[in-house]
Amino acid sequence: MAGRFGIHGGQYIPETLMNAVIELEQAYNHYKDDPEFNRELTYLLNEYAGRPSRLYFAEKMTRDLGGARIYLKREDLNHTGAHKINNVLGQALLARKMGKTRLIAETGAGQHGVATATAAALMGMECVVFMGEEDTRRQALNVYRMRLLGAEVIPVTTGTATLKDAVSEAMREWTRRIADTHYCLGSVMGPHPFPTIVRDFQAVISKEIKSQLAKLEGRLPDAVLACVGGGSNAIGSFYHFIEDKSVRLIGCEAAGRGVDSFETAATIATGRLGIFHGMKSYFCQDEFGQIAPVYSISAGLDYPGIGPEHAWLHDTGRAEYVPVTDEEAVNAFEYLARTEGIIPAIESAHAVAHAMRLAPEMDRDKIIVITISGRGDKDCAAIARYRGEDLHE
Amino acid sequence: MSNTARAFQNGKAFIPFVTCGDPDLETTARAVRACANAGADLIELGIPFSDPTAEGPVIQSANLRALRGGVTTDKIFQLVRELRRDVTVPLVFMTYANVVFSYGAQRFMAACRETGIDGLILPDLPFEEKGEFAPVCREYGVDLISLIAPTSENRVAMIAREAEGFIYLVSSLGVTGMRSQITTDLASIVKVIRENTRVPCAIGFGISTPEQARSMAALSDGAIVGSALVRLFEQYGADAPKYVGEAVKAMKDALR
Repeated sequence: MAGRFGIHGGQYIPETLMNAVIELEQAYNHYKDDPEFNRELTYLLNEYAGRPSRLYFAEKMTRDLGGARIYLKREDLNHTGAHKINNVLGQALLARKMGKTRLIAETGAGQHGVATATAAALMGMECVVFMGEEDTRRQALNVYRMRLLGAEVIPVTTGTATLKDAVSEAMREWTRRIADTHYCLGSVMGPHPFPTIVRDFQAVISKEIKSQLAKLEGRLPDAVLACVGGGSNAIGSFYHFIEDKSVRLIGCEAAGRGVDSFETAATIATGRLGIFHGMKSYFCQDEFGQIAPVYSISAGLDYPGIGPEHAWLHDTGRAEYVPVTDEEAVNAFEYLARTEGIIPAIESAHAVAHAMRLAPEMDRDKIIVITISGRGDKDCAAIARYRGEDLHE
Repeated sequence: MSNTARAFQNGKAFIPFVTCGDPDLETTARAVRACANAGADLIELGIPFSDPTAEGPVIQSANLRALRGGVTTDKIFQLVRELRRDVTVPLVFMTYANVVFSYGAQRFMAACRETGIDGLILPDLPFEEKGEFAPVCREYGVDLISLIAPTSENRVAMIAREAEGFIYLVSSLGVTGMRSQITTDLASIVKVIRENTRVPCAIGFGISTPEQARSMAALSDGAIVGSALVRLFEQYGADAPKYVGEAVKAMKDALR
């Protein structure tokens, strides 16, 4: 079946959008192997976004934790400050080839919105970003960045006014206006072909990790860690290691105030199989299938579902998914800042937190790679508030 | 002939939509009876969903009002059971795939048959995914209603050939909600539908006045009205059934 990962995935969307996703799939299948398309994309990734991103040996952190050697994959150093640009440059280029002149996007933390606004500015396209009203408050700086880049930011007030509602509203907008508009979906979720397209554009992360580590250490890592909301930086970090069975793949979910509380966004830990936002996967929901109002300190992980390929990697046992609480993530956020002089996005801090548990249990000849999916400047005000300090930006 | 197709035996069909539990199930019961007495040929009962991605603001709000009031799928089946003591007009559920999936397709369709639901409309279940529920629907005699949209183009014939009950033709791009004008070339879509099936076809999305209902029904076999009626629940709450009955009568009269 088209676009399935085991039983997950599919195209559970209104009929109005079916020809749009079919057209997108055909265009993608044509351009993904087109040398000219790939030459243009590689040029943008390298010269505009600053790839390849560094794989940095975190020597002080390694020494401090006293176990496995820790490397940081520095997606935070990309232009716009997160891994989101990898996918956006690919999709924007594809949309332009399809003759689209307008990009719409959802955003949680604002990183995908900023990346989409950036690509739209670069390519001379119109851009509208849907963002939960709650998130526009949590991530005010990113709202300003998007407007500065020429995008229109529409605060979404429906439902929980967070990422899931922004996705719903972007899907609604796409059904209103399809002919000139591409929905630049930001994660490995939604209807086929999005989970595959976004994964392919993010797979550059694991491709680089593999060759960089081969040069630095002459071998594969023992574990790769990444945070998971929808799961785009995680699938990008995992993809080229899926066949290397010796490499543990660990996705770190946002547990919010804990998986036993109602204020959590840990989908694998607390969700069950369902159908939502165009895909079959795991979702946080009640006994009648109503989607749960999830919570995490991290706006980017505050989503009640997970991409279908992750659901499948979980089913097959190839990847592990672990919950990390707000408190653990904030501690890791501060720890990495003090120890390595790197302020990670609060999303990425979830992966750092799990590495802090895992590394000391591993031998010193083992290697852990943590993907730092984004930079943490955007989070400073919120973390200060979490610590009881009122910071005015 | 299925019960849903029978709704098209009395001339052009008028099909109202009501969100179950908005503002409470007692009001829904009175509203459904008011619709039936006012001449509705088939009634769409919405099972509310937390995140209705095909709905505009009016029906989104109705869903949230209903869920806040504590309505559940089980309580809605109970409502249908009670309605079926005296209401004979065909009834179809309109909801989202996860509501059915989460309940369990077998259990859901069995309850449909037991309580007297004749069909099911799932706006997030396109042709490619209907295998998810179609076999179970068939097993329990529940018509799985197909939707066709202005963007369906080369897909119209394929969808029409496998349609059952009736076809829900979406009038225009976008989500549900009232529109001042409907500009899609619906006649040419209906022509392709007619060439491929004898299943009747009703037009919905954006119809709010008796005049619009008449012109849409003239192009097809009937008109579906949702948001314009749901707006009355927003406005009148528990007093809405009276106004809903009047609106349905005006619309049905316009179709005669």
